[in-house]
Amino acid sequence: MQTKTMTINMGPQHPATHGVLRVILEIDGETVVRCQPEVGYLHTGIEKTAESKLYYKALPMTDRMDYLAPMSNNLGYCLGVEKFLGVEIPEKAQWVRVLLAEVTRINSHLVWLGTHALDIGALSMVLYAFREREDVLSIYEAVSGQRMMSTYFRIGGLAEDLPENFDHLVRTLLKNISVRLQEYENILTNNRIWRNRTIGVGKLSAEDAIDAGVTGPLLRASGVNYDLRKARPYSSYEKFDFVVPTSNRCDCFGRYEVRMEEMRQSLRIIQQALDGIPPGRFRARAPGIVLPTKEETLYSMEALIYHFKLTTEGFSPPVGEVYQTIESPKGELGFYFVSDGTPKPYRMRVRPPSFVNIAALPKLVVGGLLADVIACIGSIDIVLGEVDR
Amino acid sequence: MLEFAVITGVKAFMVLNVLLLTCAWTTYLERRFLARMQSRIGPNTAGYRGLLTPIADLIKLLFKEDFIPAAAHKPLYLLAPLMAFIPAMLPLAVIPFGSTINLFGREINLVVSDFNLGLLFILAMTSLGIYGIIMAGWSPNSKFSLLGGLRSSAQMISYEIGLGMSLIGVIMLAGTLNLVELVEQQSSILDWYIVKQPVGFVLYLICAFAETNRSPFDLPEAESELVGGYHTEYSSMRFGLFFVGEYANMVTVSAVATTVFLGGWQGPFLPPVLWFVIKCFAFLFFYIWVRGSLPRFRYDQLMKFGWFVLIPIALANILITALFVLL
Repeated sequence: MQTKTMTINMGPQHPATHGVLRVILEIDGETVVRCQPEVGYLHTGIEKTAESKLYYKALPMTDRMDYLAPMSNNLGYCLGVEKFLGVEIPEKAQWVRVLLAEVTRINSHLVWLGTHALDIGALSMVLYAFREREDVLSIYEAVSGQRMMSTYFRIGGLAEDLPENFDHLVRTLLKNISVRLQEYENILTNNRIWRNRTIGVGKLSAEDAIDAGVTGPLLRASGVNYDLRKARPYSSYEKFDFVVPTSNRCDCFGRYEVRMEEMRQSLRIIQQALDGIPPGRFRARAPGIVLPTKEETLYSMEALIYHFKLTTEGFSPPVGEVYQTIESPKGELGFYFVSDGTPKPYRMRVRPPSFVNIAALPKLVVGGLLADVIACIGSIDIVLGEVDR
Repeated sequence: MLEFAVITGVKAFMVLNVLLLTCAWTTYLERRFLARMQSRIGPNTAGYRGLLTPIADLIKLLFKEDFIPAAAHKPLYLLAPLMAFIPAMLPLAVIPFGSTINLFGREINLVVSDFNLGLLFILAMTSLGIYGIIMAGWSPNSKFSLLGGLRSSAQMISYEIGLGMSLIGVIMLAGTLNLVELVEQQSSILDWYIVKQPVGFVLYLICAFAETNRSPFDLPEAESELVGGYHTEYSSMRFGLFFVGEYANMVTVSAVATTVFLGGWQGPFLPPVLWFVIKCFAFLFFYIWVRGSLPRFRYDQLMKFGWFVLIPIALANILITALFVLL
């Protein structure tokens, strides 16, 4: 009997592609023969726009890339520019940055957990995850006044000092999430259906993972212990005690395990950071690069001049280029700057983890079933804002 | 003869309306219960505590554009919702809601049609529902619908075998297919067939979930994979008919389970009809509970589970029951 394969166009408007991802699938019955992810439906031109903006003015745009991990994007951007300028960041700011970056990791992983479970059909998980995310968002709101696009980190430190209830909010988060994580595991980890749907699905060997350049939990679930927080510590991560979870399963369940454990480790880091926030300034004292505080501008003529100069002219890094990477919740997030000595970057380029990771999708799904495509997209954990920038 | 026709007509009219209302408010109950389980509030705006939500839904559906895809096979496309809807209603005709009551000096049986092959009739009618789904999957000429329709028909055919077999044990013990007699046999709780046929009951339960396309067997309409499955291309009240059909199926399956395994309307103190309603709703609640808790099966796993696990167990159950009956 002669049979024909069928081409299915999944997306860009499809409930399970987490935004406007388009996947062209060729299926034989329910088996996937060919898979081609197509990106670009959410292109916002952030990189190009940054070329026409002062360095500190491009910062809020980075929130909009991976909108589930705004603080991580801010951190990567700030670290890149700071590396360029050679600014020394006060210890307090560094610790708060680590703390909030880990809070952000929990934020991102919670949304991943909820949507991934929803795709596989566990309807309630998404609401539980979003309930806990509320704790994270209230921390964002307290520090920056914004729940999603926080832009709390600034070049040279933080935007404001920590609010009074910060300690209380973070402790609430620590208490709630550790209990709730156990509840999630009770719902999913030993659930037969969940295990059937994820174990052995979306296999990605360590070799393939390295070849494709994937990073983050996706790489660590293939048994490669590579985490930039350990490999190339930044923002004083070397002072914190945590374990990088890996799994040798190489499948969707492995990724689930890794991310669940990462959340636990994040809680550990948050606990350490919270208990040991050193006193001091929350912004570097670097006139011409970092804004002076409001009080300083009221009493000091120089501060006022620097304030005016910085907001109108910005600052000019030396001619050259710089690349800074951080471990965002989704993998290696890199910022590359080229400066021609003017106050605006000659070129800014982002290495988004989601974009590189989604390229591994065909490897994961070919030979699997249609339903596995959904599980795989979920387990890669992409944010289209970051893929297309 | 005329009197019989009038009485049956009135009963059929009542049952149909009660069923439709039950379907409508089951959607409301589901949304409320599910919301509670997911720490939400659920619909609470229309009417007292949102009790008028189903009516608002109905009005909304009626005023939507009735869209027909250009490439659709029109007659089948139009027929499909009816084919899914009507067979879902019919099985209620043979289910007894209570014992006889005395009204205007007449003995009235609380069953629309008391006939000897009741159980067979139910199985036949539930099988018919597949045609609606196949038509709905094929006629709009859409790939997502087609995949949904194929999955659905494969699933329903496989699980129907399990469903039928799970009832055979009861039929062998009871020696009748008449549902009224079946209920009368279960006068005390120890005579309920859930006690005599526990395996059969569990099998029935699982197959009933698959038969009604409910979570965790809701692959045909797996919205995360196939958008809406077989009803992707339907809008307005045609979509509504599928929806009501699905809930009518749920009610029917619950009513059959109540009648066959849980002693039907039998029960102490409360009036029989109330007992019937309570048991049915306990079942419906279980449906909602499961939906709130479990992920979804994958297509191949579902088929394997049906053919390699459920059907062998059902056969073994029949064999053992047969031995008991013989001895």
